[in-house]
Amino acid sequence: MSSRRPLALIVAAVLLAVLLILPVGHGSYFIYLLCSWLMFTIAAMGLNLTLGYAGRISLAQASFMGVGAYTTAILTLHGWPWLAAAPVGVLLCFVVGLLLGFPALRVRGHFLAFVTLAFNTLFFLVARNEDWLTGGSYGLSDIPRPRIGPISADGQLAFYYFTLAVSALAILALWGIVRSPWGRAFKALRENEVRAESLGLDTRRITLLAFAIGSAFGGLAGAIEAPLVQYIEPNSFAVGESLKVLLMVVVGGLGDFWGPALGAAMVVLLPEALRGTRYYLIVYALFVIALMVLKPTGLMGIGKTFLARLAKSRAAAATEAKP
Amino acid sequence: MSQFLQVVLSGLSTGSIYALAAVGFALVWQAAQTVNFAQGEFVMLPAFFALVAIHWFGWPLWAGFAFAMLASLAILGLAFKGLVVQPMMPDGGLPLVIATMAVSILLKESVKTFYGAEAQPFPSPLPDGTLQIGGAVISIRDLFDLLASLAVVGGLTLFLDRTRTGRQMQAAAQSPAVAEILGVDVARMTLYAFLVNAALAAFASFLVSPTYLAKFSNGESLGLVAFIAAIVGGFNRIRGALVGGLLVGVLDNLVATYVTQEYRAALPLVLLIAVILWRPQGLLGDAEGRTV
Amino acid sequence: MSLSTTGAAAGAPHLSVRGVTKRFGNIVAVDDVSFDVKRGEILGLIGPNGSGKSTLFNCILGQIAPDAGAVEVDGKAVTGRRACDLAKLGVGRTFQQLAVFPGLTVHDNVVFAGQEHEGTLLGRLFGKPDAGLSEEADRLIEFFRLSHVRDRLAGDLSYGQRKLVDAAMAFMSGPGLVLLDEPAGGVNLTMLAELKERLVAYNRERGTTFVVIEHNMDFVMSLCGRVMVLAEGRVIADGPPEAVRADKRVVDSYLGG
Repeated sequence: MSSRRPLALIVAAVLLAVLLILPVGHGSYFIYLLCSWLMFTIAAMGLNLTLGYAGRISLAQASFMGVGAYTTAILTLHGWPWLAAAPVGVLLCFVVGLLLGFPALRVRGHFLAFVTLAFNTLFFLVARNEDWLTGGSYGLSDIPRPRIGPISADGQLAFYYFTLAVSALAILALWGIVRSPWGRAFKALRENEVRAESLGLDTRRITLLAFAIGSAFGGLAGAIEAPLVQYIEPNSFAVGESLKVLLMVVVGGLGDFWGPALGAAMVVLLPEALRGTRYYLIVYALFVIALMVLKPTGLMGIGKTFLARLAKSRAAAATEAKP
Repeated sequence: MSQFLQVVLSGLSTGSIYALAAVGFALVWQAAQTVNFAQGEFVMLPAFFALVAIHWFGWPLWAGFAFAMLASLAILGLAFKGLVVQPMMPDGGLPLVIATMAVSILLKESVKTFYGAEAQPFPSPLPDGTLQIGGAVISIRDLFDLLASLAVVGGLTLFLDRTRTGRQMQAAAQSPAVAEILGVDVARMTLYAFLVNAALAAFASFLVSPTYLAKFSNGESLGLVAFIAAIVGGFNRIRGALVGGLLVGVLDNLVATYVTQEYRAALPLVLLIAVILWRPQGLLGDAEGRTV
Repeated sequence: MSLSTTGAAAGAPHLSVRGVTKRFGNIVAVDDVSFDVKRGEILGLIGPNGSGKSTLFNCILGQIAPDAGAVEVDGKAVTGRRACDLAKLGVGRTFQQLAVFPGLTVHDNVVFAGQEHEGTLLGRLFGKPDAGLSEEADRLIEFFRLSHVRDRLAGDLSYGQRKLVDAAMAFMSGPGLVLLDEPAGGVNLTMLAELKERLVAYNRERGTTFVVIEHNMDFVMSLCGRVMVLAEGRVIADGPPEAVRADKRVVDSYLGG
């Protein structure tokens, strides 16, 4: 296990380098897509903590993106700097996520899915109807881009680097959580709650934390979305969007740290790549069905199976080579 | 008072259509532990099968309905079960949920791409008139929807309780292993559940489309309401799903008329959360035979 | 490893169960059961299927709330306390069904078993990934002869090996009292001898108190210094193994008398 850690670091460093030079020379739409991918990656990684690691489903991730986005938008429109507004949004999501965790102490599985789905719809209704706060169905527009000291992220490329920096920090923080004893506790909760409790784990507290932390990451994604699109309205945070984030997590590979990044790429970038054809969403849906039927462990699962086969055939070749 | 009666009656009418979708939803859930996120689209699609037969092939109305029913049985019943659900059993879990979500996108986008994004008028063999009942005005169509839905669900209940096949279906759903030992063809019974669901969806589609028009996005709200109705009524009870559907239809109408138009959609959701947290077996369900 | 054998009230029994009763509908699963376990004792708990052994365990360990009665550990009332609180009072357990975390490595399983006893919640978030328990876990893995599978996923191990992981986890936090629910079930003979040897070593070296539910009579009779028999939720015999074996009521209860 420990021998793999330097390898993971090298992969992360290479990935970061690629992401640094990737947008150079590309148009603003391409850069927008990259930002969108990073943003959804954060949201999906958050949901992956709740669902993939701790095993508690939430179909409300989009509503947390909404809480983060509306909070950031409202505060920055009132002249707050992003660096002050975003943490408020994230903290608010942490608290609301904690509260949403309480139903998870009572029900599991499909029932929890429906409670969280209902919560998301309620959030949508509030966002659509409370015009005084959220601008109703017209939403909020002219959301300013962040400015940190003398540096402004007004330009598309500058905003991309800002998003990349925030994402890298967020992913690093999540990595820290996942490899700490908390990460082990989340997995233990997922695998056998009764046993975990008998070994001293306060399962109620850790369940609530799983929701709160996952939701906070959703809030951070929203805090990026607001200045990214500079215009937010309720439909961006409807149940359909939550299902999209869930799709990213499962397609990428449930409970795999990097799975959501891959899943988000699939969901955000692939439709764009197929956009030339009239049938892209149909092709896309068929692909997802086929993937789930044939390989429910998702894209990371395919990758791992492939690597395992490679290692096995190499080992076989090595034994054969011996006299 | 007459307004109240009218609101209740039209709520019952809409609710009875929800109930059809909810009953099918509950059947599929029982038979294969499948939470079908495409249930709303299952109700949206059959109307378009009929429209294709009527407008593209130039068939008469009755032939259009017959074609739509057969196509629904083949695609929403047979193909859905055989190609999507079956390969992922016995433990479908989350991937199966995701697959049904993808099915919902597939159906929606297919209709949009191949038939059209506009809302389509849908023919009804019924007259447009209204009836007076105790001072309340109700359209003949609404009344027919209500009576027909009740008759279908009533007939289905009789079938499940009184016939050999029906009882075998219930046994297969409740404890497949025991049913298998007793000589029940569990795979066939599961297939029947999917076929009944497809037929119920098609029937609901024929009833709902003349009033609300046929549109690719119709399933979005219908699907959610079907879940709510099924859970509120009690997942493991066909009658529960019926009562849940009627209840949601009436409550929705009452809230919209007397309380708030903006938050009319909120009430069923609050009801859903309350039922799940305090009476997860549903209003009519019992705690036995459910897997949470 | 912190030992809770230096309990406050040296004279008090390690575990004291007083009048515990649990009903499920009309069935009385545990009927007014009382007994004490002395520090360092190994008590065997036997009885036909459905006699209430596991329910009694669950009542003692906070998994289910008894309808009546009281449980004390080291003289402290723990009735109705949550299982995680009991773990922190130095009570370990294993389960009848396998209870390892299949998606974690053996090492992670054992580390997890100890981590919740170290420091504070926030301290664990910002502390070392292994909570400083890696070496301790390795010692225990070695002790249960699992070193060769240390980095394998627990779900990939054989049944017997998983039983050993389960046992190792029960000991990780250094409990003074361990309740074992059918430790021998489904374990092959070699593994069984090994398991018994480990338990006896623990009892001798650290004075750990054991309560063991078991169907394997040879295992119980050779391991336990005292055996208690439960039938239809009641204690029908309690004493040294030889005496219990000779008791007519015990024979009757097993033969359906």
